[in-house]
Amino acid sequence: MAELNSKIPDGPLGEKWNYYKEHAKLVNPSNKRKLEVIVVGTGLAGASAAATLAELGYRVKAFCFQDSPRRAHSIAAQGGINAAKNYKNDGDSVFRLFYDTVKGGDFRAREANVHRLAEVSVNIIDQCVAQGVPFAREYGGLLDNRSFGGAQVSRTFYARGQTGQQLLLGAYQALERQVGLGNVKMYSRHEMVELVVIDGKARGIIARDLVSGELEKHFGHAVLLCTGGYGNVFYLSTNAMGSNVTAAWKAHKKGAYFGNPCYTQIHPTCIPVTGEYQSKLTLMSESLRNDGRVWVPKSREDAKAIREGKKRAEDIKEEDRDYYLERKYPSFGNLCPRDIASRAAKEACDDGRGIVASGFGVFLDFGDAIKRLGIDVVKARYGELFPMYQNITNEDPLKTPMKIYPAVHYTMGGLWVDYELMTSIPGCYSLGEANFSDHGANRLGASALMQGLADGYFVIPYTVGNYLADEIFTKEIPTDHPAFVEAEKTARERMTGLLNTKGTKSAEQFHKELGKIMWEYCGMARTEEGLTKALGLLKDLRESFWKEVRVMGEFNEFNPELDKAGRVADFIELGELMVLDALKRNESCGGHFRVEYQDGGEAKRDDENYRYVAAWEYKGVGVEPVLHKEALNYENIKLQVRSYK
Amino acid sequence: MKVNLKVWRQKNNKAQGALKDYAVDGVNPDMSFLEMIDVLNEQLISKNEEPVAFDHDCREGICGMCSMYINGRAHGPLHGTTTCQLYMRHFKDGETIYVEPWRSKAFPVVKDLTVDRSAFDRIIAAGGYVGVNTGQAQDANTIPVEKENAEKAMDAAACIGCGACVAACPNSSAMLFVSAKISHLALFPQGQPERKRRAINMVDQMDEEGFGNCTNIGACEAECPKEIKLTNIARMNRDYLTATLIEE
Amino acid sequence: MAQSALFKSSIGKKFLMGLTGLFLISFLVIHAAINSMIWFNDGGETFKKWGSFMGTNPIIRAMELVLVAGFIIHIVDGLLLWKQNRDARPVKYAYSNPPAKSKWYSRSMGLLGTLLLIFLVIHSAHFWIPNRMQQGLTDWHNEINLYGRMLEVFKNPLVVAIYVFGCISLFWHLLHGFKSAFQSLGVNHTKYNQTIEYAGIAFSVVIPLLFALMPISIYFGLVN
Repeated sequence: MAELNSKIPDGPLGEKWNYYKEHAKLVNPSNKRKLEVIVVGTGLAGASAAATLAELGYRVKAFCFQDSPRRAHSIAAQGGINAAKNYKNDGDSVFRLFYDTVKGGDFRAREANVHRLAEVSVNIIDQCVAQGVPFAREYGGLLDNRSFGGAQVSRTFYARGQTGQQLLLGAYQALERQVGLGNVKMYSRHEMVELVVIDGKARGIIARDLVSGELEKHFGHAVLLCTGGYGNVFYLSTNAMGSNVTAAWKAHKKGAYFGNPCYTQIHPTCIPVTGEYQSKLTLMSESLRNDGRVWVPKSREDAKAIREGKKRAEDIKEEDRDYYLERKYPSFGNLCPRDIASRAAKEACDDGRGIVASGFGVFLDFGDAIKRLGIDVVKARYGELFPMYQNITNEDPLKTPMKIYPAVHYTMGGLWVDYELMTSIPGCYSLGEANFSDHGANRLGASALMQGLADGYFVIPYTVGNYLADEIFTKEIPTDHPAFVEAEKTARERMTGLLNTKGTKSAEQFHKELGKIMWEYCGMARTEEGLTKALGLLKDLRESFWKEVRVMGEFNEFNPELDKAGRVADFIELGELMVLDALKRNESCGGHFRVEYQDGGEAKRDDENYRYVAAWEYKGVGVEPVLHKEALNYENIKLQVRSYK
Repeated sequence: MKVNLKVWRQKNNKAQGALKDYAVDGVNPDMSFLEMIDVLNEQLISKNEEPVAFDHDCREGICGMCSMYINGRAHGPLHGTTTCQLYMRHFKDGETIYVEPWRSKAFPVVKDLTVDRSAFDRIIAAGGYVGVNTGQAQDANTIPVEKENAEKAMDAAACIGCGACVAACPNSSAMLFVSAKISHLALFPQGQPERKRRAINMVDQMDEEGFGNCTNIGACEAECPKEIKLTNIARMNRDYLTATLIEE
Repeated sequence: MAQSALFKSSIGKKFLMGLTGLFLISFLVIHAAINSMIWFNDGGETFKKWGSFMGTNPIIRAMELVLVAGFIIHIVDGLLLWKQNRDARPVKYAYSNPPAKSKWYSRSMGLLGTLLLIFLVIHSAHFWIPNRMQQGLTDWHNEINLYGRMLEVFKNPLVVAIYVFGCISLFWHLLHGFKSAFQSLGVNHTKYNQTIEYAGIAFSVVIPLLFALMPISIYFGLVN
């Protein structure tokens, strides 16, 4: 198996990417026509990559499990997309965006990748505007920007609360254009269920046609996995119901290392869980914390009374309220970063002061803002969010405080990739949230969209060419090759195994159990004891899953239950890896908080021993994976402790 | 609370379908409609029956995947919402609820409540884009766009492609969907070079897919979860007629 | 520009529908204006003068052919639309509960159109067809006494009822058709929508009301 070589080009930080582009191998147009590229997933990364590669002349096959590529979950991103355009003349620059991203990631990201991201961020905005993405504009007709997630400069471009949707539709339209031109063959309602590796190189996939249920073999000179994050391992998250780790996990099993699986981002402002039936959590934009004040009652008695419905928020006097973020972090207050706000909410609730029936919820109060600004201003400012909240909870945030609680939102970890976005399997790439690369241990607001599009529009077209230039003599491998046959057999056996188990519990029930274990022991605060316990619980869960799962329906038909069961099976295995990774990382950084490693309640990083990327090599189900370390070297940034006090 | 469902069950595209009765007990008013269907499915699985197949993904009203015709309305009785954002508190205890798939020749049923909406993708592929390759763009602020037009374009671009317009239209016409994309791009300077070609190609593809025609009833606008306006259809008509009648 | 078969396309059909609709609306104005001459109650003098002008003027007679074509196109196109729209939903909903914003008459233009077509046949059989039969191809001035015939025909309460019913159908048909025509032609502008809307309502009320009052006033002897 390939050793960890991140292949970062030599030279000064600001020139690495240019140097790379100027020296990457090229494929001539007539050869491009002979090369096939498989793109799995059609979110921002996948759609932009598929469109761009097709424009260049490659033959592209794109796959998505949804009924249309336009449904990918990138569509749900609300806030915005960062770019170092400095249109506001407020001192932004590529270096500042780079610096903020590395710092925000708690110094666990690769410098060269992040700098490249900041460099191409400006091209993304140009490209999207040319496509007709309706970004917000000023009256002068030029693009508007806002400050987001506590950034000191206004570098966030946005399209109302639907930035992700508009960017995705831009990429989707570019993709459909290539479909119309015949350069991309689109496979909707198809799920990748195996990666095919021949002579150590990725050469294709096995995909299941979700409508007919049949397994199809697809050859490709390269395979791009753009399949998003794995937040649904927690069952409840802000991810879409279908978001899954299956494609990435299959690649992992075939030799792609998994990087930093324990880094998960918990978003502080989501609508709390109300019952066992709940299927997903809804995010309320971070912008609400600009005017809302977070609090819980000072006394447990008051909190209990609220939980039991004996008291209302309005009954708690000002002096009996604990505005804990303002108390703990006087300089940032309610605007402190996501990981910190989330953890503080958990602490308050663990202290018995939660204010929703389940015990897990805090108030986000607009009372002061309404007094200060007037009800109309507040209403106008959060025009879309308040009705959305009211629709879901049946409570009017203008009259009574919102109830919020943190929820899993994004996973920084993912398939390990080198500078070229290639995984440890040659020819297999990973883009967007599916890879581990740019956000370190914590992602800043408005950076996910930027990364997905950077990878797809501006990075992969160069790096995949560099690889394919050596593949021009590789003829299309017939899909009756033993590796294809074998991979198809593996997939078929796994699925028929699920169907034939005929147990008593639905995949959904197992998923819920998995989620509870992950949230309890590998959520916002992790301990060695809890993680060790979780490892045992997950092993039991995995074993009972394969004995007890009940999957209705047949193989050769449209069978969402079978799809779900396959995904849950992979999530359970991934869960074990996440817990192991969290257990082995004896420090607190970004989205990974180990209770043992703190400094007066604040995360305590251990740069000396853990300044590395943990890349895990798969060794078999239930066998401990092998840890490979990629050291992170900071040549342009001084490591420091993040402080928001 | 308890609800009585009449759910369309159809094994596959070729099979005959029928409405089937199910009673779901223990429904919480704070559940979303889809969560109520989840509960039904868990019940069915525990009884060794096949669960109801339905499309859903983001469950926050933006992906456009959920698609149920509930009690005679696309996405149910609530205005401006998708099925996933419809909560059970809007139903009465003991109410009988009809749940059917989108009905249109251009949206064949895949199974139960799931339909095939790939016709929409083909319409976009026919012209619903600005033909700009990656890397060709000039600086984003080179072309100013009148704010009013940018806002109108955004209103149109908010379409989630769920197909409720087709489902709600007595003619199953797709004109609201098609015109939303034509309008979005027609309102931007970037969309001008292909404006007429786009209108023609998208309308031709729409016709080929077998959708019905628009007779200006307005059911689409009334049922659209994103409240896309009929004005867009007029704009499309204008663009199409200009392109076919006037242009050389 | 790419060649699209305009009149085969959906928008082409809408366009034709709207265009012929507006043309027929203009016909209704003239028809109603001339027929209203009966209320001069001068024994049909004024009415006859204008009526025979319309029946004998070569330009008007030429336009009559256009009018007939307009009717035929409007009807045939309507039938084609109806078929296309019916075919577009092979399986109907078991339960439908349309939103209040989509009006029943907008959803029933085919039905209203059919009723109007039936009325049109009856109405033509009463006046227009016999008159043109008598005139033949050359003898244009040999018209029947349309005024007298009106007085005769509208003695029958059943006929009056049919005419009133026809006018009610026309009212609903116009209530949708008037503003719908503008939408189909691509005229939809926030500045003028209200005007079109009100004009449409006023037109749909005034014209059918005028028409309905004619048989009624004759039946009740207000015109003689």
